Amino acid sequence: MADNGPQTANNPILKIVCVLIALWLVLPLFIIVPISFSGEDSFSFPPKTWTLARYASLSDPTWTSALLNSLTIAALVAVLSAVLGTLAAFAIARSKSGVMALVRALILSPQVVPIVVFGLGLYLVFLRWNMVGTLWGFVIAHTVLAVPFVVIPVSAALQTFDRSLERASASLGAGPMATFRQITLPIIRPAVLSGAFLAFLSSFDEVVLALFMKSPSYYTLPVQLYRRMTDTIDPTVAAVATLELCLVIAGVVIALILQSRSPNPKQT
Amino acid sequence: MPIILFLLAFFAYPTGLTLLRAVTHFDVPEVGGLDNITWVLGGGANRTILIRTFTVALLCTAFAALLAFPYAYLMTKVSSRWQTVMLGFLLVSMFFGILLRNFSWVVLLQMQGPVNDLIAALGFDRVRMLGTAPAVLMGMTHVLFPFMALPLYAVLKGIDPRLVLAAQSLGATPRNAFLQVYLPLAVPGLFAGALLVFVLALGFYITPAMLGSPKQALISQVLYQQFETRAAFGRAGALAIVLLVAAMAFVLIANAVQKRSKAYEG
Repeated sequence: MADNGPQTANNPILKIVCVLIALWLVLPLFIIVPISFSGEDSFSFPPKTWTLARYASLSDPTWTSALLNSLTIAALVAVLSAVLGTLAAFAIARSKSGVMALVRALILSPQVVPIVVFGLGLYLVFLRWNMVGTLWGFVIAHTVLAVPFVVIPVSAALQTFDRSLERASASLGAGPMATFRQITLPIIRPAVLSGAFLAFLSSFDEVVLALFMKSPSYYTLPVQLYRRMTDTIDPTVAAVATLELCLVIAGVVIALILQSRSPNPKQT
Repeated sequence: MPIILFLLAFFAYPTGLTLLRAVTHFDVPEVGGLDNITWVLGGGANRTILIRTFTVALLCTAFAALLAFPYAYLMTKVSSRWQTVMLGFLLVSMFFGILLRNFSWVVLLQMQGPVNDLIAALGFDRVRMLGTAPAVLMGMTHVLFPFMALPLYAVLKGIDPRLVLAAQSLGATPRNAFLQVYLPLAVPGLFAGALLVFVLALGFYITPAMLGSPKQALISQVLYQQFETRAAFGRAGALAIVLLVAAMAFVLIANAVQKRSKAYEG
């Protein structure tokens, strides 16, 4: 696919530099793996004694409930972001009004405004509404950050969308709902799903808003991890990190294999 | 559109509320007026923190660009298989939780950590790295690298390599062809990435909280501290205003500069 430039592609210095950058990107992540087998209550590296107890302590309710909360919140954030984001993308793509540029800026701005600024405000508001430390408090906070992940791909998909397909469907007697379900939705579905997936991940990983929203009884996995890294030193954190690292690597490898196969289906 | 109502209620209103606290909430010794703003801009300690925050954000942007450019450039030059591998490294780093990525740096940079072991093995004294601004800079550059590399790659991929060849066939040396033809075409990508990284770095909280220390704090840490330990919402609001105004001013200036350079080219 890539057009190889004759000189630069074989430049050995460039290649060595890039190998070093690639190692810098991923090697630090693997440093955590041995710590997860550490028998000491410290993050010292390499550990002097070894144990599997860190993985066993993951069954502790403080970890399982945090994980369950995180998964529930992230799933709801994905659904809510998909609905709100798709509606917004339709409005932005289909309206010719100049106001839409402003709406787009409003949707994207939460990713630029420092999270501590927005988080503090949301904390003050939710304190008044008794929503701090609740499921919906977390869901709303994370959805504000996650909506752009849906809006950007869906509005891009709608821009390249051939609207004569909708008119054809309508002229053949389909109502607006039937046209949407049978024509429009299947075309934008990949964009909506990938956006919802990123929304899920962003919520699952989010920690700053979660630190504002948490309560002693209701918190997420990142909050629990953060506490066990800063307040106490608990190598169980490394066990979580090791499991997550395996999941991420598997996920990325599978996604890239699927993707590298899909662009040329005609050849098979 | 429901999204407008949603964002007004849960984003614009709370953000506004934080900012408003700067002029409505006062803790002794501040009593009224613009005291909170004066507290941020007036004191020597706070001025040091502001300067440190901007320095770290600027250096982080520069390092991210320096590392991401060769990486994204090589990605456009190798076979599609190697391209996938390079993208894989980028994605693994990006999708691994932000908290855990910072945690790896805590382990690496701690007093008895692998980096210090290496330093000691080479015969030097162990260096206290954790809790310093350079450690924060390292962690932040690592975390924000994908935000620079991905937009840059998207732009570099679109540059027609024949343009560089054409320049060379017209007598330009490879070096000049690269500097005068390729690099100007890459500027929009560098620009998009740099803006994103800089603005994110300005308001970053987790990395300075984990790798830095209150002694070498960045502005977002001070903001959280004022809220958490003193419930000094007025000061927090004033810090928020300074942070936001600075970020926005930078975005506007950057946009103006880019527009001007575009007009110049066109």
